[in-house]
This record gives sequence, C-alpha cells and structure tokens, in this order.
Amino acid sequence: MTSNRIPVVEKILSANDSIAAINRKRLDQTKTFAVNLMASPGAGKTSLILQTISALSGRVKLGVIEGDTAPVTIDADRVTDAGMPAVQINTGGDCHLDAPMIDIGLNQLPLDQLDLLIVENVGNLVCPAAFNLGTHANVLIASIPEGDDKPYKYPAIYRGLDVLIINKVDLLPYVRFDMDYFRTGVEILNPGVTIFEVSCTTGDGIDAWAEWLVSRVTEIKGK
Amino acid sequence: MHELAVTESILEIANRHAVAAGATKITGIYITLGKLSSIVDDSVQFYWDIISQATLAEGAVLHFNRVPAKMRCNDCSAEYEMQDQLAPCPNCESNNLTLISGDEFWLESIEIEKETGEIE
Repeated sequence: MTSNRIPVVEKILSANDSIAAINRKRLDQTKTFAVNLMASPGAGKTSLILQTISALSGRVKLGVIEGDTAPVTIDADRVTDAGMPAVQINTGGDCHLDAPMIDIGLNQLPLDQLDLLIVENVGNLVCPAAFNLGTHANVLIASIPEGDDKPYKYPAIYRGLDVLIINKVDLLPYVRFDMDYFRTGVEILNPGVTIFEVSCTTGDGIDAWAEWLVSRVTEIKGK
Repeated sequence: MHELAVTESILEIANRHAVAAGATKITGIYITLGKLSSIVDDSVQFYWDIISQATLAEGAVLHFNRVPAKMRCNDCSAEYEMQDQLAPCPNCESNNLTLISGDEFWLESIEIEKETGEIE
C-alpha cells in the first residue's frame, strides 16, 4: 500500500460552468440577450420584470424564467398575464438557480422568437452569486428599505455585477439610507458598474433601464 | 446555504480523479477557498460526513486553505489585505480598487492510497 498526494486543480463548480457555457452558446445562436436578475426577497424582482415588460411592449419580445423555492406560480402567472411566455423552475427548496435548471427552462421557451430573456433568480444575496447560469449580464436589485450596508455584508454578489438597480427610491425620504455610504461600498467592489435608480411604484427611472436593455438587444442582433 | 451542491461537486471531482489514479481510498482533500467565496467550512464538513459514506472518500479529511482577500489600488498601486470591513485604499483613500485574490474556490489536490500490486 502506498499513499500519495495527486494534484487536481479543478474549479469546484466546473460542472456547472460547463453547462453554463452550453446555455450561453444556445442564447448566442438565437441572438437572445439574457439577464440573470438577482435580489433579496421583496426587493422588487417581479415588479421590475412587469415594469420592464410594459416599457418594452411592442419593441422587444421577451420571455421569463422564474426561479422559485416552492411550487407556487404567483410570479409566473403575473408574467403570463402580462402576455409574455414564462417558465417556472421550482428549485425544490434550493436557495439558487444553477446552470442545469436554466437548460431545462430554455427547452420550454420559444427561444428563436425571443429578443430578451430575463431569469428571475431565487430571492437570496448569497448563493446565486456562486452559480454561473450562462446569461449575458448579472443584474442585482438593491432596494432602499434593505439598508445601505448590503454591499459590505454581501460582497460576493456585488463583485460580479454588470448592472445594479437601486429600487424603491421613492422611499428615500422615509428610510434611513446613506446613499454615499452605499455607493462607496459598491464602488470598492465593482468600480464603474452601471447603476440605475428606479421606483417600480412610480415608474421613475424605468425608461433608462429599458433603454439599456434595448441597446444590448440591438448589439447581440448585430453580431 | 448552497454548501450541499458544493459538497456534492467536491465529492464528484475527488472520486473521478481518484479512480483515474487507481486509488483504493481517498484519505485527504485539499480545498483552496478565498475569503470572499462565501462558503462555510463547517457546513461543507457536515454534508461531507453524510454524502461521502460508502464511497472511496469515506473518512477523508477535508483541509481548507483560506486565501485572504487582497486588493490593489488603481490610483497609487498600493497592495493590501482587506480586513473584515470593506474600506478604501489605506494609503490614498481611493475607491478605485481591483481584487487580486480572495474569490478562489477549487479543489487543489487529493491524498490517496493505492495497492502497489507487488508480490513479496
């Protein structure tokens, strides 16, 4: 009997990453720009999706993959009611979506007819950050009532962002939230990240976000 | 919270490499883990003890090599280790920083036993 140490040097989530790469390839082939939308529960993920659907109505064909921990179709129903194809992925209590779940979702959507896909991740600021889905952009919604310390407490999710949406800005006069302190934390983790301040209740700022999406869709169509 | 998925992945990778090397047993697993990778060692260990049962890796000891989070200032080029709280560059107060280590998460090596097959 001999004992020895052998090198492995493999990323622990490499199996997920390779499926994410396949997802990305499919999305590129159908020229569908895909967004991984993350946030804590109650930050306004579904509200933002509904606002986005109405802002892009008639201009961009979009579909939604809804990640939920429990088999309730409330969010997916709201999207379907708004006239868009939605697939619900029930994670069975799991705290995040992973690339194989997105693969299942993609199989159920008319991808070649979609310009934009929004994946609504499970409400959580920790786990979704670790799993690459194969989408083109990571977007986080931070909402004012959650507090200004979130970048400091959940650095991993802020690090990998392409876009940060600050929602519920209409509540700023009523909530103790130091925007400079918040933005400093974001800046340290992710210098120059694109930021939109919005209110899904009043509709403020939604247009700028919608235009950003339109630009990305135009870009991918041109490739 | 996603440690079960992560632990299953560790087990899959370790077993695959052990089989390829002709191992009869895995005795140690060496994991490199950046400070910012939000994985709880104790939780991985908890799942490990359950899911490694009846595999080559049963009883293998998990070793975690924690890599500190290091930043480089893009304005004054200072390099420093990030402590528990996010903070601007201690040298020039800039927020324009690049993370140079701290989000590692890989299986570095495994320790295995194998039969030598020698006849005495």
